[in-house]
Amino acid sequence: MTVLTRRRNETGAPANVLRAKLFEWGSLTLMHTVLIAMSLFMILPFVWMVSTSFKPQTEIFTRPPILISSNMSLEGYRYIYNYEQTGGVLNVLKNTIVISGSFTFLSLFFCALGGFGFAMYRFPGRNLLFTFLLATMIVPQAVTMVPTYAMMVKFDWVDTFLPLIVPGVANAFGIFFMRQYISTISRELLDAGRIDGCSEFGLFWRIILPIIVPGLTSLGLIFFMSSWNNYLYPVIYLKSPHLHTLPLMMLQMTGPLGFSLYREQMGVAVISIVPLLIIFLVFQRRFVEGITSGALKG
Amino acid sequence: MAEHTVENIPAAPAKTGLLHEIMRNRWAYIFISPFFILFAIFQAFPVGYSVYISLFDWNGIGPMTYVGLKNYSFLLGPGGKAFQQSLQNGVILFVMYVPVMTLLAIVLAVLLNSKRVRGFRIYRTVLFMPYITSMIAAGITFQLLLQQDNGLFNVVLEELGGSPQAWLEDKWLARFSLCLLIVWGWLGYNMVIMLAGLQTIPHELTEAARIDGANAVQAFFHITIPLLRPVIVFSVILSTIGSFGLFNETQALFRSTRGAGPLRSTLTPLVYIYDQAFGRFRLGRAAAAGYIYFALIFVLTLIQLKYMGREEE
Repeated sequence: MTVLTRRRNETGAPANVLRAKLFEWGSLTLMHTVLIAMSLFMILPFVWMVSTSFKPQTEIFTRPPILISSNMSLEGYRYIYNYEQTGGVLNVLKNTIVISGSFTFLSLFFCALGGFGFAMYRFPGRNLLFTFLLATMIVPQAVTMVPTYAMMVKFDWVDTFLPLIVPGVANAFGIFFMRQYISTISRELLDAGRIDGCSEFGLFWRIILPIIVPGLTSLGLIFFMSSWNNYLYPVIYLKSPHLHTLPLMMLQMTGPLGFSLYREQMGVAVISIVPLLIIFLVFQRRFVEGITSGALKG
Repeated sequence: MAEHTVENIPAAPAKTGLLHEIMRNRWAYIFISPFFILFAIFQAFPVGYSVYISLFDWNGIGPMTYVGLKNYSFLLGPGGKAFQQSLQNGVILFVMYVPVMTLLAIVLAVLLNSKRVRGFRIYRTVLFMPYITSMIAAGITFQLLLQQDNGLFNVVLEELGGSPQAWLEDKWLARFSLCLLIVWGWLGYNMVIMLAGLQTIPHELTEAARIDGANAVQAFFHITIPLLRPVIVFSVILSTIGSFGLFNETQALFRSTRGAGPLRSTLTPLVYIYDQAFGRFRLGRAAAAGYIYFALIFVLTLIQLKYMGREEE
């Protein structure tokens, strides 16, 4: 590291102080300008999405653009509410909740259990198995996608929720995450439980699980979000429209010939984003902890 | 067996054979077994099965015809233009958005990390919001915004004196549009992990350099960037895998071409494989493409780890 030594001019205060103040003010303005510009770029699509979901077709592409108009209505939402092929948007919302919810809770259970096993026991082959577990993360979906589909056909799981839930419930990332988290807990706690006659599973269920709720929340949010927004697996496996999830409905909805469904698509988009946004705003800190822990352990 | 009673503890060191150790820890094996069972069924087996499928001509339902390495030679030969294009697109997209996004993420993180900026939480929340958004929803919205006739972008562009562009129909503009969507969707995520990385760097370090006369820019390049290196490597590796595995973004933005974009300019390997398998029912060819793709990603990741990960020593 090069140590930089240059101009250390502490004399001539008044002019310098003024200059420093101006500089400070200028740089702060610049910083806020950058941040505000980026924030506007991030918010614009949300605004447009919400606005479009209420607009009649004739006002979607106009010059000048219309953000709010007196012709706005709930027609788009009525259309998706009554959209028969998928059993209405509420049915699709229900499917998405069922899939994401069951995936999240099952994965949390198995990942915490696996993380507990790796963190709290010194068993032969522990390091080898853990390294192996991490290495499996490099296998991309692109390789397993085709053969897995062939297997799902054999299992008769196509057009059920199972392919979207079962394969990932004990995933490497989650176990890694929970192992790191549980490693910080003292093992003496377990010995105390053992003396009280707790079974090994009881130690996990009654002693560890209550302590790791914050970690489970962080991980659960990541699981829930990725499952909620997943598109690749649903589009491969969910053939019947009444099993569709929100992203599928957004892209596969059809209307009367010659009518664009932008307004209706935006309506589904709003319905898919609002619940996640609320969850995110409530649990923001846990969420950020979850996504950063993977990057930082190095 | 009463392995967890108190009297058992002094006896343990006496006989610590491997088998005994395994038996003593049998619960640990049971606890970690779900991962290994699911891995065997849904990853290890498919990886092997994929090799087998890649040697056949198969539509998924009918009989399998053995064709040897023909699928591979097709993909790498003159007939495999689309696949080769998809690999090339992965590289092009990577070059187009990763440097910009990484730099922007670092800059935003540094701005937010400086104690002088007020409203830290609001900025972070707003910048991060796209990450939780479905890329399908975002993709459709961008499709609206980038529409050639009276899309918002073109209207504003004309207002500023420019001429309207075919954002989604021209080869390079389509790639640009896709990159715009990706940066929108992923910048916040990258910013947040950079920010977390920055927060591990002690403030005194940059402060000391400033006292020694370094200006903000010098401190940034000589102290912040080197210390942030591991996080940057992590983010760039994820983006590499991400740009070859782009799927959702392309499906929404270029729906009419099933994600391929004008002149296949945004066709990514994952979209190609998906299309071969589930659009054209050529499962053998798709499996072979998956393998070539895997090999490529594997090598790229190793190279990046080697060239970017080290050096700090």
